[in-house]
Amino acid sequence: MSFVEFENVSLSYSEGGQRAIEGISLQVAEGEFVAVVGPSGCGKSTLMKLISGLKPPSEGYVYVNGRQVGGPLGIVGMAFQAPNLLPWRTTLDNVMLPLEIVEPWRSERGARRKEFEEMARAQLARVGLAGFEDKFPWELSGGMQQRASICRALIHKPRLLMLDEPFGALDAFTREELWCMLRDLWQQQPFTVILVTHDLREAVFLADTVYVMSKRPGRILIRREIDLPRPRDLEVTYTDAFASHVHVLRESIGRVREN
Amino acid sequence: MRLSPKVVFRLAPWLLTVFLLVCWEAICQGFEIKPFLFPAPSLVFKTGVEMFDPIMTHAIHTFLTTLAGFAIAVLVGAIMGALLGSSPIIYKALYPMLVGFNSVPKVAFVPVLVVWFGIGSIPAIITAFLISFFPVVVNVATGLATLEPELEDVLRSLGASRFDILCKVGLPRSMPYFFASLKVAVTLAFVGSVISETVASNLGIGYLMMSASSTMNMPLVFAGLMVIGAMGVVMYELFALLEHRLTRWANRSQNAAF
Repeated sequence: MSFVEFENVSLSYSEGGQRAIEGISLQVAEGEFVAVVGPSGCGKSTLMKLISGLKPPSEGYVYVNGRQVGGPLGIVGMAFQAPNLLPWRTTLDNVMLPLEIVEPWRSERGARRKEFEEMARAQLARVGLAGFEDKFPWELSGGMQQRASICRALIHKPRLLMLDEPFGALDAFTREELWCMLRDLWQQQPFTVILVTHDLREAVFLADTVYVMSKRPGRILIRREIDLPRPRDLEVTYTDAFASHVHVLRESIGRVREN
Repeated sequence: MRLSPKVVFRLAPWLLTVFLLVCWEAICQGFEIKPFLFPAPSLVFKTGVEMFDPIMTHAIHTFLTTLAGFAIAVLVGAIMGALLGSSPIIYKALYPMLVGFNSVPKVAFVPVLVVWFGIGSIPAIITAFLISFFPVVVNVATGLATLEPELEDVLRSLGASRFDILCKVGLPRSMPYFFASLKVAVTLAFVGSVISETVASNLGIGYLMMSASSTMNMPLVFAGLMVIGAMGVVMYELFALLEHRLTRWANRSQNAAF
């Protein structure tokens, strides 16, 4: 069985109300980088809630790691469009937040405090935030806050990282920088990624597989494998192969919007 | 000589106070208003100095009464706020009652307290409590209830319990609201205790003013008012300072006076 598996999943937020997503089946292999794109309100974020166990499906089954999802799992890390850092904590303390919650870190926190701190510092250094550990979030730029937010999502070594439009609020240059950061993190330390985004270039550049979803109720329209060789450099975004992937995806989204 | 903007900023409240006192003095002197109607500030000050000892005795009594009521209000307010803010059902159930209760003028409630507890400090403490706990409840509840859903999702997806979320995020996040409410609550507590003293006590600034006005000793009444005002300002500033120190992360504006 795949690492993440959706079996004909539907979800409506209210009993008998309109469905946010309908009849979704998909498989994600361990270590795969998946991107989900679609127009606004197509239920992309709903997918994330289902996988993280924040919402149970109305119909169908969601399996993560071979087991049906029944509630929040500690093996998932999440980051959103807003960095959502806690303003009263330093960057370092923000990054260490999951270690205060997820077992087994939580109970070992007292004894291994120093070690955990080193881990967080190393993680911050990996995303280029060395020297900013003791700054408060408001002293960081938007891009830096988002880097810290991704560090927080990864600190407890989750096997599945879920990103909900994480770069949506950043300017184009910062966004491309963070693509590379995410690519490097993923290549250094393998984990499964599910990235929800509006940005087709982002999806094609980062993902192994891209799913396009329809308007509400969200269904999966196409699954497209991105066979561009890895490691990918930003240069790849200017190649014809890249452009044709983006083009095909763009056309399918165009069809969604017309209907 | 030109004062730097910073100095002007610091002096502004003092300058305005002095200006208003001068206007007040000028009006009283200029129109020769009778002191038993509207005493000039100089006369009020003179009375204050002459009656310093009795005023201080009563003021300290009022101050302690107020603080006692305020302390209970902070404790009860914070606990109720935490309950209301973390449980939508408790919020829904309790809020209308709280609003209704807060709309009742507390002065109307003092006679009831006198029947229950007799004349003296206890009705004053309770009135101070009743009048000042509401802003604390509302602010703490608001701070908790306006938690960003994404932030809650981040924690819930990690498997955090409601209690975890309350401790790690809810309570720290509501601290600025809490401290902001303390500033308001402490001034309201003075209102409560003085109201009760004027109706049912034989100690405290409220009582002093009541008895002074019954003998038309208007300068003493005004001296009492001034003392209450001064105590209110001092306590307000004290809590503003505390707020500034403890929730620095929430007050980042360069121009914030506090």
